[in-house]
Amino acid sequence: MPHRTEDIEIGLLLEALYQRYHYDFRHYARASIKRRLLQARSHFNMSSVTALQERVLHDPEMLPRLLGFLTVQVSEMFRDPSYFRALREQVLPHLRTYPSLKVWIAGCSAGEELYSMAILFREEGLLDRTLFYATDINPEALKAAEAGIYPMDRLRKFTENHQKSGGKSSLSDYYTADYGRAVFDKSLRNNVVFSDHSLVTDAVFAEMQLISCRNVMIYFDRGLQDRAVGLFKDSLTRHGFLGVGSKESLRFSRHASAFSEFVPEEKIYRKREP
Amino acid sequence: MSAPPDRAVVIGASAGGVQALLALLPSLPADFPWPVLVVLHVPADRSNVLAGLFEAKCSLEVKEAEDKETVRPGVVYFAPSDYHLLIEENGDLALSSDEAINYSRPSIDVLFESAADAYGERLVGIILTGANNDGAAGLAAVAAAGGVALVQDPAAAYARTMPQAARQACNAALVLSLERIADYLKGLKAE
Repeated sequence: MPHRTEDIEIGLLLEALYQRYHYDFRHYARASIKRRLLQARSHFNMSSVTALQERVLHDPEMLPRLLGFLTVQVSEMFRDPSYFRALREQVLPHLRTYPSLKVWIAGCSAGEELYSMAILFREEGLLDRTLFYATDINPEALKAAEAGIYPMDRLRKFTENHQKSGGKSSLSDYYTADYGRAVFDKSLRNNVVFSDHSLVTDAVFAEMQLISCRNVMIYFDRGLQDRAVGLFKDSLTRHGFLGVGSKESLRFSRHASAFSEFVPEEKIYRKREP
Repeated sequence: MSAPPDRAVVIGASAGGVQALLALLPSLPADFPWPVLVVLHVPADRSNVLAGLFEAKCSLEVKEAEDKETVRPGVVYFAPSDYHLLIEENGDLALSSDEAINYSRPSIDVLFESAADAYGERLVGIILTGANNDGAAGLAAVAAAGGVALVQDPAAAYARTMPQAARQACNAALVLSLERIADYLKGLKAE
């Protein structure tokens, strides 16, 4: 099928973003990125994707606003409670045997998963010996993650999820209510490094016992998924654990054989012996 | 492996959708030459039983759509609950956990709009019973790209809001009974 003008424009805008700012969305799954770009175009009242490209190329202040559209992620604390239950009951008993731990939340967005994980580790008595890396490509998301503040109306769902995950405490122990917002306890992030890191262009930076990267790789094309999974493989210690989203799988990956299924129904994998 | 098909049927349904689909999908023959992609709104819960329910009653293979899976003709793919389903131009399925559209995830609009992009005139879009407006914009996109737009007769639908909204948004849509929609699909040829 011949390329439509709009598809050409989208390809050019992604190329422009890469060359000008080194944000590389060129190998994101195209149908979703197109939806997001068209949303941005209409939000910014641009007559075309080309007009949007012109604006972002010449106005650096436009970049974070566009990134907000391209990387938007809506998550919940303890999303998929059974995933956290499996970590608690099946993965943490192995992690307990290490004197110190490194855990990577890759694509942490506004921090919901990070705080969930920190609470889980505190409940299990592992928080003090764990260093968390929370990474994302969107600086605004990292700021939000570092702040750890969520609208109070989301807390009902978070609390329900936490209980279903086998939570041993009350979620309200970890935040204070402040004018309609829940402000999470900063002691949860004493040992958290927030960092700008791209699964597309950046490299291994530490050796982890656990990596959680959920609903991030579904936005990548197959080649990029392979790159990300390869990065995880190289970042994990022997027998390290990798958790991906409930509808994600390593099955189609070039690196599938480097992992065994540890809790298949929760998409928790374990690195095999080299 | 043969090239992925260059055509598809997309179906959207909400309230009353299971019954409507049970009147439609089991009537398709085992050699039905098009892939069928379905968004059916169900409560957001991971234990998705739809594919199993329909698999038992259909001659076609029925499965839950998986990310990066290449579509095959004669297979019915259901969007998993709590994820949007899209189709890429290369014939790969894609899932997304982007925000709900019109309170819906999966969203019929998201599937239909991506399918309209991928298949153009070689696409049949069908809106069945439902009590919200999801799918109206999607069906209009199907028709605008030259595809065939079908709507279940609202008067005979379990919930009429969705087919009515789709008809209003899409002048080109044909309003048909479930039986006639089934007949139309059975008449689709491999070429």
